[in-house]
Parts: sequence; structure tokens; C-alpha cells
Amino acid sequence: MSAQFAAAFRPLVTLTVLICVWGVATHLSGIQPFLLPDPQSVGAALWHQRTLLMWSTLTTLTETVLGLLIGTVLGSLFALGMVLSPLMRRWLMPLLLLSQAIPVYALAPLLVLWFGFGIASKVVMAVVVIFFPITTAFFDGLRRTDLGWLDLARTMNASPTAMLRHVRLPAALPAFGSGLRTATAIAPIGAVIGEWVGASAGLGYVMLNANARIQTDVMFAALFVLAVMAISLWVLVDRVLKRVLFWAPDTAAVG
Amino acid sequence: MRARPAQPSSSRAASAGGAMGGAAPPGLRIEGLTLRFGARTIFENLDLTLNGGEFVVLLGTSGVGKSSLLKIVAGLQLPTAGRVAASDGLPLLHRIAYMGQQDLLYPWLNVVQNVMLGSRLRGERGDADRALHLLGRVGLGDRAGALPAELSGGMRQRAAIARTLYEDRPIVLMDEPFSALDTFTRARVQDLAAELLQGRTALLITHDPLEACRLGHHLVVLSGHPATLGPPITIHGQTPRAPDDEELLHTQGHLMRVLTALEPQ
Repeated sequence: MSAQFAAAFRPLVTLTVLICVWGVATHLSGIQPFLLPDPQSVGAALWHQRTLLMWSTLTTLTETVLGLLIGTVLGSLFALGMVLSPLMRRWLMPLLLLSQAIPVYALAPLLVLWFGFGIASKVVMAVVVIFFPITTAFFDGLRRTDLGWLDLARTMNASPTAMLRHVRLPAALPAFGSGLRTATAIAPIGAVIGEWVGASAGLGYVMLNANARIQTDVMFAALFVLAVMAISLWVLVDRVLKRVLFWAPDTAAVG
Repeated sequence: MRARPAQPSSSRAASAGGAMGGAAPPGLRIEGLTLRFGARTIFENLDLTLNGGEFVVLLGTSGVGKSSLLKIVAGLQLPTAGRVAASDGLPLLHRIAYMGQQDLLYPWLNVVQNVMLGSRLRGERGDADRALHLLGRVGLGDRAGALPAELSGGMRQRAAIARTLYEDRPIVLMDEPFSALDTFTRARVQDLAAELLQGRTALLITHDPLEACRLGHHLVVLSGHPATLGPPITIHGQTPRAPDDEELLHTQGHLMRVLTALEPQ
């Protein structure tokens, strides 16, 4: 109980200290507010722009979650395909590497051109960013099944399908989990980059507009909301994974 | 998951030509078994016959190919030459249970699900009553819902024995299944294995002369490069033998001398 309390308390202390340092620094250094606004004005911006920020968060969150879902499904299918068929492995691997060799920042304008200023281009962007960690982590997990477990299943006359479903898939879940954790952490980056390049809504769009009008306090407010959103999403995914992978030792699950 | 009479699994085993159904278990015939990796010959022309219902222990120093031999018999590995057959001429498939060096419990399944693993893998419904009964016999009746990670090494190995027995195969192969246990736990688990495997044809691999002498009706030593089988040593009397049994002590001393002389310097 007290350990749980301490765990919740620690980030709060860190946050408070950071804000205090920030506040003191802005007052003592005399930096112009348009370069570094003080905590009070960012707080005020948060409050005054709350409706805009709320709707923008909803947009960015939708893009991120959709990207995560599609990217996870796509990445898992890629991994399964590559494990099941050597032919697919030979053809997909270069494609996979190519998708990571081109920086997503360079692809962004093209994706906006193809998929429009709406939500679709941002979802695609998030998918491009996250399906690689999912695919590689899951693929690795599927390939590294304990040989003893497979031998045992074989002596029990398990069919290849049963071995995949009851041995290799569950055994690969911890690796999949660490891939999903990485993906969740970077998915908002994909969505926000998409919004910077061309959008009519979302936190990235708010930041870009605020920047153009030198409303640095609004920019900071949007940044703050984005951080809160990303961290909450990660914590949520982490909790769910811990529950699903109750059997996996923590060292393997955190990987 | 809820139970139902053991009908389907036993009828399936019977149709596959096996099953324990009271009949004498088949023996095992290993003929001309050869294993080579490239130019390296692990063993050549091995012949070994196990009569039905016998507990045979294969002893050998490390790296002599014991595990490979057992894997070939289990159908997990192909020999370079030779064959393994049942004494009744029927196929071995569905009639062999295998216990490896580790307990190989699946960490995401609880103990009773692990015992019923075979049913799960074959897409059959598990016979939970029988699984619980077997867990009771290995002394884990109250740990059926526990995860393997929550059990001690001895408990895990006992759960693995229950899983092996659940398969209800007439031939049981064991690859040093007790080597990771401490001396006292090992002795208790050996007692249990000897009792529960009675009436089955068993082939156990070990490097421990005491274990061999406690459990085996016949002992065979595998040694050399390429490895050959020594003449079978027979020990009389009921198994599991007491560790201070006269004949056991005599044979154990003999084996110690033989195996120590064989161990590469």
C-alpha cells in the first residue's frame, strides 16, 4: 500500500520540482516570455484554450490509437507471415528495412499529398513509425521458442497449427509486449509530425499555429497536454500488458 | 475444462494400437542405430532390446550421445542409419511419452493445465478429473491452480511426472529428469517415479550411478568414441531400491569404477 502510494507520489514530486526550477529560472534570468514563458502564463494558456486543447487532444489521440491498432495488426501479420513462410521472409525483410531507411519526416509531405489533410495521413504516418518495432519484436519472439517446449509438443503429437497456437504464440507474447511498449511510446511522434506537415486539427497543428503567432505559452500548453496524453497511453498499455502477461517474469516483459 | 469420462482419449490410443488397458506394454527394439554429424560418428550400430514392462537405465559420461539416442527413439531426431520399433510390430507413434532434462512446464499455463497439455495440443477436451487425480498422486493436489513459477524445483518435476502419466503411454522415455534436484528431493521423486511407472516400459538416461541402481531392472553403459553399449548389468529385487541395499552398493561401486575410467581426462 505505502509502496504504491510512493510510486504515485514520486512523479508528482519530480514534476513539482521541475516547475519550480522553471519558474525561478524564468524570473531570475529575465528571458523574454516569447522565448520561455513562465509557468503561470502557461497555466493560464492551458485554462483559456481548454476547449481548443481538448478537441485537439481528441484528434491527436484518435490518430495515435488508430495508428497503434492498425500498425499492431499489420506488424503482427508481417511477423507471422515471415515465420510461417521462408519465401515471405526473403521478400518482406528488405521491404521492412527500406521502410525504416527512409526517415518518416521525409515521407510526411508525400503521405499528406496522398492521404489528404484529414486524419488518414496521420494514421498512416503513425502506422509507418510503429509497425517496425512490432514486427521485429514479435518475429524475434516467434523464432526463439524454447526447443524443449517444441520437442515436448511434438512427442504429444501436436499438429504444426497447434504448435503455433499453443506454444510459439504464447511464448512470443513477452517479446510482442516489449515491441508494443516501444510502439506506444513513439506512435504520438508519427501523428504529430503528420500534423506539422499539413493538418486542420490536432495538437501538432495547434503548436504550429501558436509558433507562427509567437504564442509561446500556448505552444508550451499544447506540449504539456501532448506529454500527458502520451504518458497516460503508455501507462495504460503497460498495465494491460502486465495483466495479460501475468506469467512472464518482469525482467523479460520490460526488456 | 470441466471433466467428462476418459472415453475419447483412451479409445483414440487404442485405435492407434497402444494404450495401457491392462494389457502388457510393448517392448522396444533398437537395431543398428547409427548417428553421424558430418565426418564425426557419435555412435554406430547400437542394438538394445527392452522387454515389455522393464525399466532400463542407460548410463554414460557427458557428451557420449545419450540425449541424441533418446531423441531418436522419441522420434524427435532422425538417425543416420538403423531403426527403432515396438516389439509387437505396431507403430510407435502415439505410444511414447517423453520427459526432458528440464521440467518443460509451460509458464503461461497453471499446473493442472500443464498436466493436460497433451489434450490441449491435440485439440481434445481435457480430462480434468484424471489430471487432478494424478496431481494428487504426485502430492500436488492442492497446487493445481498454481503457476509453474510459484513451485519449487521438486514440485515442478513432480508436475512433469503427472503430465507424463496423463499421456498414458505404454513407453516412457526420460532424459536425466531428476539431475537438477537436490539429493533428498531427488530421492523422493525417484521413489515416486519408480512406483508410478510400474507396468510401463521405461528407458531412463542418467549419469548418476546411484539413480541408475535405485531405479533400473537392467543397466547399460554407453561409452567411447564412437560410443558402444556395454553388456547389460542386471540388479535383482524390487525398485525403488534402498540406498543401502547390498546389491545396489555393489553394483554402484562397480559402475563408479567403470565410468570414472571412461571419463576423458
